[in-house]
Amino acid sequence: MKIKLTFWRIVFLVIMAMGLYSTYVRYLRGLGAVSNMTDQFPWGFWIGFDCLCGVMLAAGGFCMVGAVYLFNVESLRSVVRPAVLTAFLGYLLFIVGLLFDLGRPWFIWHQLIYMNPRSVMFEVGFCVMTYTTVLFFEFLPNVFERLNWKKPVKWIHRIYPILIVLGILLSTLHQSSLGSLYLIMPSKLHPFWYTPALPFLFFGSAVAVGLAMTIFESTQSATALGRHLELPVLVRLGGALLVALWVNALLRFEDFFHRGLLRQMIRPSYEAYFLWLELALTFFIPIILLSFKKVRLSPHGLYLASVISLFGFITNRLNVSLIGFETYVGHHYVPKWTEFSVTLMIIAMGFALFRVAVQYLPIFPKDSVQVRNASNARLAVPLASPVMEHAGH
Amino acid sequence: MSKALLYDSTLCIGCKQCEQACATQNSLPYNDSIAAEEYPSAHKLTAVLTGNGKFMRRLCMHCEKPACASVCPVGAFHKTKEGPVVYSVGKCIGCRYCMAACPFSQPKYEWGSLNPRVRKCIMCPDRVSAGQPTACAEACPTGATKFGERDDLVREARDRLNQDPSNYLPRIYGLHEVGGTSILILAAVNVEEFGYPASEKVGDIPLPEYTGRVMDHIPDFIPVWSLVLGGIYWISHRRAEVAAAEAEEKKNGSAQ
Repeated sequence: MKIKLTFWRIVFLVIMAMGLYSTYVRYLRGLGAVSNMTDQFPWGFWIGFDCLCGVMLAAGGFCMVGAVYLFNVESLRSVVRPAVLTAFLGYLLFIVGLLFDLGRPWFIWHQLIYMNPRSVMFEVGFCVMTYTTVLFFEFLPNVFERLNWKKPVKWIHRIYPILIVLGILLSTLHQSSLGSLYLIMPSKLHPFWYTPALPFLFFGSAVAVGLAMTIFESTQSATALGRHLELPVLVRLGGALLVALWVNALLRFEDFFHRGLLRQMIRPSYEAYFLWLELALTFFIPIILLSFKKVRLSPHGLYLASVISLFGFITNRLNVSLIGFETYVGHHYVPKWTEFSVTLMIIAMGFALFRVAVQYLPIFPKDSVQVRNASNARLAVPLASPVMEHAGH
Repeated sequence: MSKALLYDSTLCIGCKQCEQACATQNSLPYNDSIAAEEYPSAHKLTAVLTGNGKFMRRLCMHCEKPACASVCPVGAFHKTKEGPVVYSVGKCIGCRYCMAACPFSQPKYEWGSLNPRVRKCIMCPDRVSAGQPTACAEACPTGATKFGERDDLVREARDRLNQDPSNYLPRIYGLHEVGGTSILILAAVNVEEFGYPASEKVGDIPLPEYTGRVMDHIPDFIPVWSLVLGGIYWISHRRAEVAAAEAEEKKNGSAQ
């Protein structure tokens, strides 16, 4: 088999090469050499993006499982498998990211023996560990079906109700707890982002992100795989996203109002700029876009609105974890290029693994698989190019 | 019962004997260039700061209800009954939540190490449990740093404020901050000028309570939410079953 070097494959290789160099710096020269983290900024880009955003962006799994298996929304069934796959990969990569960020990653298993139940971090770690196992079982039928093992598929179907309830329970707990992590820092985190409502806001935004992410990945894989795009599914998700964004926006502004911040928000300040950037991307632009029926019915419009809101929620997580601390610390934190390159490498790995998985496993419905096989010869190579198109985002 | 340190900055002459004693006690290097560093770090667990001819010590405050101990996922920090907040390096996984959570930003990190530790003043726990004062208090030539029972030291601090009100700002920093700390500070100037967080900013509530308000609900939340989710599952699947059965019945009915 001959692998052709396309543009995106070269980008992929460059990202991997830079990432491997940074990995070398991380493990052979230490956290100080690889990052711009300091005693004043002990949590940097890896916590802000890889952990907070990574887990948030994997929320599509529990949202779609909830919609289809819990509420029996039959029309969304075709997106459950890709959503579960994204979530499973997302959590695995989150753990990879953690191995970079932890100072003593070789002791990560200490979570299992030295438990501190009062620690939010312990709760998050424990939930992520269990939920990744749940996702593994939710993902397994893909492999069994591919291998044509009928019995194990039946066994998993028997425990499916437990997996579903457990998965959603664990997701509720740790998605909200990522917000609770910051509850102990009332004097450090800027009041725009420090609120007792943090766990609720984090959970609410995870649901919206789950919907937006499903639209994003469905569109993305449809173009990449030359699949037929299931527009009715996207339209349905887009409608749900609009509702979710409204609920999130109302919660958010009620919180600002309740804490008397509105006046401070309209006064120009470093934090205010980032806050309005975040609010514009998360709420104003996508809500206005999705309010037009034309946008809600067009695949491009839905894609655009979802991607903008995803950027908004990513800005939110970075504001909570990085920007919100700069005034307290008294100086800016700008990640080193090696920090970015590790993150980029992890994202690229995610895209590549997703591509390989949909290539070999029955992730997408059968009819579209046939379309794919018949029409698209370039997909014979597993590490194909278009997957990488958005790796840099 | 609980021991504490009273630091009276009006008595401090900036001799840095405490720094030197601390370095010796913790087997850390100490020389002129380290002495010149005016901030605690992984290799300097206490620092004497100079500003406008006044001096101020910075070190771990040994909170009564320490945030670091409450956030650590593996319980690497705990407050001993004698008062020191100590660190077990053998448990630490390096998540640095302690550093992020500490209102005084006192835990520091060995960023250059390949097996990094969190470093901070641990209030000489071996000496304290043996009934000795901390190394810094023993080394202090003027009594600016005084070791003793917290209750006694609070009383003494109040006496000093009453006897010589013109010499001090009328407050004991650490008495109520974040629910009280084992380091008590008297000063003629605002400690905030030396990087301490303002009292009104950190408040009187022990920080673990902010987390506790949420964490306390989790044991109730788990069974209730599981039941709700299970209930929804059951109802929606039961509805589908009933709908299927009805459709079947209709079909049979029309066939007859």
